[in-house]
Amino acid sequence: MKAQIKVTLKKGVLDPQGQAIEGALKSLGFEGVDSVRQGKVFDIELGETDPMQARNMLNQMCQKLLANTVIEDYTVALSE
Amino acid sequence: MQCAVIAFPGSNRDRDMIAAVTKIAGKPPHVVWHKDSELPQADVIILPGGFSYGDYLRSGAIAARSPMMKEVARAAERGVSILGVCNGFQILTEAGLLPGTLMRNASLKFVCRTIELEVVNAATRFTGLYRPGQIIRNPVAHHDGNYFVDDDTLARIEGNEQVAFRYANGTNPNGSRHDIAGVLNARKNVLGMMPHPEDLIEPAHGGTDGRPLFEALLETVAA
Amino acid sequence: MIPNEPPITADLVDAHGIKPDEYQKILDLIGREPSFTELGIFSAMWNEHCSYKSSKRWLKTLPTTGPRVIQGPGENAGVVDIGDGQAVVFKMESHNHPSYIEPYQGAATGVGGILRDIFTMGARPIAAMNALRFGAPEHEKTRHLVSGVVAGVGGYGNSFGVPTVGGEVEFDARYNGNILVNAFAAGLADADKIFYSEAKGVGLPVVYLGAKTGRDGVGGATMASAEFGDDIDQKRPTVQVGDPFTEKRLLDACLELMQTGAVIAIQDMGAAGLTCSAVEMGAKGNLGIELDLDCVPVREENMTAYEMMLSESQERMLMVLHPEKESEARAVFEKWELDFATVGKTTDDLKFRVIWHGTEVANLPIKELGDEAPEYDRPWKVPARPVDEIELVGEHPGIADALLQMIGSPALSSRRWVYEQYDTLIQGNSLQTPGGDAGVVRVDGHPTKALAFSSDVTPRYCEADPFEGGKQAVAECWRNLTATGAEPLAATDNLNFGNPEKRQIMGQLVMAIKGIGEACEALDFPIVSGNVSLYNETNGVGILPTPTIAGVGLIPDHAQMARIGFAAEDQPILLAGALPNWGSHLGQSLYARKFFDRADGAPPPVDLEFERTVGDFVRTLIREGHVGACHDCSDGGLAIALAEMALAGNMGATIHDLDSTDASRAARFFGEDQARYVLTLNAPAGSPAFEVILKRAFDLGIHMSQIGTTGGQSLKLGEARAISLGELRTAHEGWFPTFMAAE
Repeated sequence: MKAQIKVTLKKGVLDPQGQAIEGALKSLGFEGVDSVRQGKVFDIELGETDPMQARNMLNQMCQKLLANTVIEDYTVALSE
Repeated sequence: MQCAVIAFPGSNRDRDMIAAVTKIAGKPPHVVWHKDSELPQADVIILPGGFSYGDYLRSGAIAARSPMMKEVARAAERGVSILGVCNGFQILTEAGLLPGTLMRNASLKFVCRTIELEVVNAATRFTGLYRPGQIIRNPVAHHDGNYFVDDDTLARIEGNEQVAFRYANGTNPNGSRHDIAGVLNARKNVLGMMPHPEDLIEPAHGGTDGRPLFEALLETVAA
Repeated sequence: MIPNEPPITADLVDAHGIKPDEYQKILDLIGREPSFTELGIFSAMWNEHCSYKSSKRWLKTLPTTGPRVIQGPGENAGVVDIGDGQAVVFKMESHNHPSYIEPYQGAATGVGGILRDIFTMGARPIAAMNALRFGAPEHEKTRHLVSGVVAGVGGYGNSFGVPTVGGEVEFDARYNGNILVNAFAAGLADADKIFYSEAKGVGLPVVYLGAKTGRDGVGGATMASAEFGDDIDQKRPTVQVGDPFTEKRLLDACLELMQTGAVIAIQDMGAAGLTCSAVEMGAKGNLGIELDLDCVPVREENMTAYEMMLSESQERMLMVLHPEKESEARAVFEKWELDFATVGKTTDDLKFRVIWHGTEVANLPIKELGDEAPEYDRPWKVPARPVDEIELVGEHPGIADALLQMIGSPALSSRRWVYEQYDTLIQGNSLQTPGGDAGVVRVDGHPTKALAFSSDVTPRYCEADPFEGGKQAVAECWRNLTATGAEPLAATDNLNFGNPEKRQIMGQLVMAIKGIGEACEALDFPIVSGNVSLYNETNGVGILPTPTIAGVGLIPDHAQMARIGFAAEDQPILLAGALPNWGSHLGQSLYARKFFDRADGAPPPVDLEFERTVGDFVRTLIREGHVGACHDCSDGGLAIALAEMALAGNMGATIHDLDSTDASRAARFFGEDQARYVLTLNAPAGSPAFEVILKRAFDLGIHMSQIGTTGGQSLKLGEARAISLGELRTAHEGWFPTFMAAE
C-alpha cells in the first residue's frame, strides 16, 4: 500500500519559517496571501496489505519518529 | 579596491567580513542593505555568511530572490568580482549564479571546526596569491555545506577548472561531492565557498591563511 | 468583571500555585475578589521564578558590589566596568523544565531569553556559554535530550551570531527526570550608555516591539482546571518556539533605536511576558501603567486578556519612549520588519490597569504586585557533615590504566561532539574556544584587551557538603579565569535545587549560598546577576544541588595570555599550590567513584586565603611572560590536567614518580585537592630565572616545584607505562561520539 503522511505544526504554535516565506511571497508581488504555514510530507510504501494494520503502523511511525507530537500534528492518508 | 558587502536580514558574519576587508584594504567597504535600490560602484561585491531570512524554506532561497540580487547578477555579467562565503555561497547557487546546491551536512549537524583546503585552481583573481596545490587551513561553520551537483555538471566544472578549493587530507566536514569547498562560475569572476577566510586573517585568529584571498582581489583591482 | 471568565474557586486558586494564605493576602491587598485575569497576574508575579520568595532572604546576603560594579542584581543583567569607558553586561539563566519537555525548543528559547536580557541593556552580545546537565548515559531519554538540547543551543546561537566559547556537559542519574540547561551570555556596551527598565515620566507611550503574541506557554495553571469546555485542545498550553531570525533583527533594531535617544526604559518580555515587564517598569519608576490589549499585535484569534497577559511568546520587548521620537522609532522597526505598537501609557496613580475590549479587566496596585510578594523564611536543616577522610580498600588499577579509563569516561571525555555544533568563531574575536580553562574573546576595537569566561560547579561536592561545594564552585570559576591570565571581575549565579519546602533541600540552598558568599567576599568576586530554579524534582527525587557560577575576567593584554596546551619541548612542568605531598584528597573524587564505587567522604576543602595567594601569583607569572602553558587541577586531579595539557599541545611529558605505593600514587595523581595549577615555565629548569621564580613562590608560602618536563609523543607518569598521545587521544575523543551514535 501507499501512504502519505502530512506533518504540520499544531494550531497556535509559532511557525517562523511560514512567516518568513509569507513575507517573501508578498515581496515577490503575490497579493492577498493571508497566511503560510510550512509542514512536511512523507510518501511511504508499505508491504502491509491490511488497511487497519497499515494505519496502525503509520500512526506509530508518526508518534515515534515522524512527528514531534509536542508541537506537531499529523494526518495519515492511505491509497491502493 | 572599493568593496561592497551586502547585508540581508539575518546576515551575521557581515561584521566579520567588514572587519576583515577594512583591515586588509585599509578602508571600510560600502555596506549595502538588501532593500537599497542601487548597488554602489564597487570592484568587489561580497555576500557574507549568516542565516539570511533564518535560512527558512532553503538556505539562501529567500535572499536570492530579493531585488538586490538582480543588481548583483547584472554586476556579475559586467565582470565585477563577486565573492560569496557560506550563506553567500548558498545565495549565489539559489540565484543561479553558480552551479550546484548546498544540501544539509551529511552528519545532519551544524559543524564548526578548522579544516584543510587544497587550492585547486590558483590561476584566478581570488586565488592568485596561493600556489597551485597549496594546502591551507580555514574554519568552517555551517549546517548546509554539502555541495551537490549532477554528474554532467560535475564533469563540466571539473573539466573547466571551476573548482577553486577542495577539502584536503580527509577533512571534508559535510559530505560534499569531490570534496568541493569552493566553486567558480565559467567566467571565473564569481566565487562561492563554504569556509570562512575572513575569520583567519591575523595572528590573533591563530593564522593568516585566509588573508591572501583578499590581497589577491586587491592586487587584481589595482593592476 | 467580564462574563466569559470562570468564577474564582479554591481549585482555580490552587491550580495557579497560589497557597490559601497567599490568596488571603491578595484579598487583603485589593479588598475584593480578583478577576480571573488578575488571578493570573498574581500567579505570574508571585511565583517562585519571578518573586524569589524562598530564596530572596538568602540572596540578599551575597556580596554584590565592588569598585567595578556598575549594576548588580535586579536588572536584566549585571554590568561591570572594564575600563576605557566600556562595560561587560552578563547573566546566566536556567531553562530547565521547558528543555526536558521539548529539548530543541526549550534550549533554543533559553539561549534566546538570555541574549535578550543582554541586548535589552544596550549591549551587543559577544559571547555565550551553556552549562548542561543530563541524566545517566544509560537512561533511555538521555541521548534524545542531549541531541535536542545541543542542537537547540546551536540552532539559536549560531543563527543569531554569537560565539559559544565555553560551558559544561555532565551526566548523573540524579538528573534523569530533571535536566539542567543554564544559558549564559555576555555583551559589550559603552559604560555611559546602559539602558535600564525603570520608567520615567507620566503620560508617556508604552510601546510593544518585536514578534506577535500567541498562546505560547500560556497556562500550565489553566490546564489544570477543566472548566474550558470543548475547545480545551486548542487552548492547551503550547511550547514556545524560538525564532532566532526575528531575534537577530530585534537586536539590530534595538541597538539602532537606542542610538536615536528615543528610549527611556526598556524591558524584555521573558516569563509571563507582558505582565512581568510592564509591572517591573512601572514599579521601579514609581509609576502606574495602563495597557490597552486591543493594541497588542497578536498572531492568533480570540485571545483573552488572561492569555495575552501570561503569554510567553518569544522575541518581544516593551519600552517607554520619548513621544516626540515615536515616529523615528517606528521607522527603525519597520525597516527591520518588526511589529511596533503603542499599547499603553505611564500614569501617576501607581495602578496596573489592563483594558480589553474596552473593559477594565485588571486594576491592581503596581508596587505591591512586586514588593509585597510573599517572602518565606523556610525552615532548613544544616546537612550532616561527611567524614573527612576516606580509605579506599582493595586493588588500585595502576596509574596508566586508571588515566586511560578516566579520560575516556562520560565524566571526563572530550566534549568535541557538543562544541563543534556551536559556532565558536563568529565575530572573529575568539582567542580561546571550548576545551581550555576558559573561553577568551578579545574586545572588538581595542588593541590588547580581552575577556575570559568560565562556568563551573561540582554538584557531587555540593551534595556532600553544600557549604564547601558553594565555595568550590566560586573558587574553581575564579581559578579557571586566572589560569588564562585574566583578573576575575565578577560572576553570575544560577542556583538549581530541588523542592525548598523540604528542610534538607532548603538547607542545601542556604548553605550553598553561604559558601558562595564567603568565597565571593574573599576573592573580591561579586555576584552581579543570577537566577534561581527550584522544585527540580521528579517523583520526590531531587537533582544534585547545582549552584552554577559563571564568571568574567579581564585580560589587559592578550599577548600575555596562557593556554592549556604544552607549548614547547623541554620546558619544566611545575605544580603550584599543592601541599608538599602534591595531592591527597580522594573523598568525592571521580577516582573513588569509578574504581571503588565510593561516593562518600567530604569534598576537598577550599582555603580561600591560600586560593587567592596562589592564583594572584600564577596570574602575575603569566602576565610577566614566564608561563608556557597553564591549567588548573579539577575533576580527576593532576593526571587528568596533565593529559589535557598534552592533548591540547600535541606534546608529551615525563613526570616524576610522586610516591611509592599504589594507594599513595593514586592520591597524588587523582586527588582533587583545590587551589592547584599545573604550569610550564619558559625558563629552563635550574636556570637563574627559574630559581628566582621558585624563590618568589616560596616567599609567598606557596609550595611550587618541578614535577616533570615536556617533550616527546607520550605521557609518562612516574613508574607507570608511557601512554602514547595517540592512545590517549583515542580514549579521550572516543566516548561521546560512540555514545551518541547509538541514538
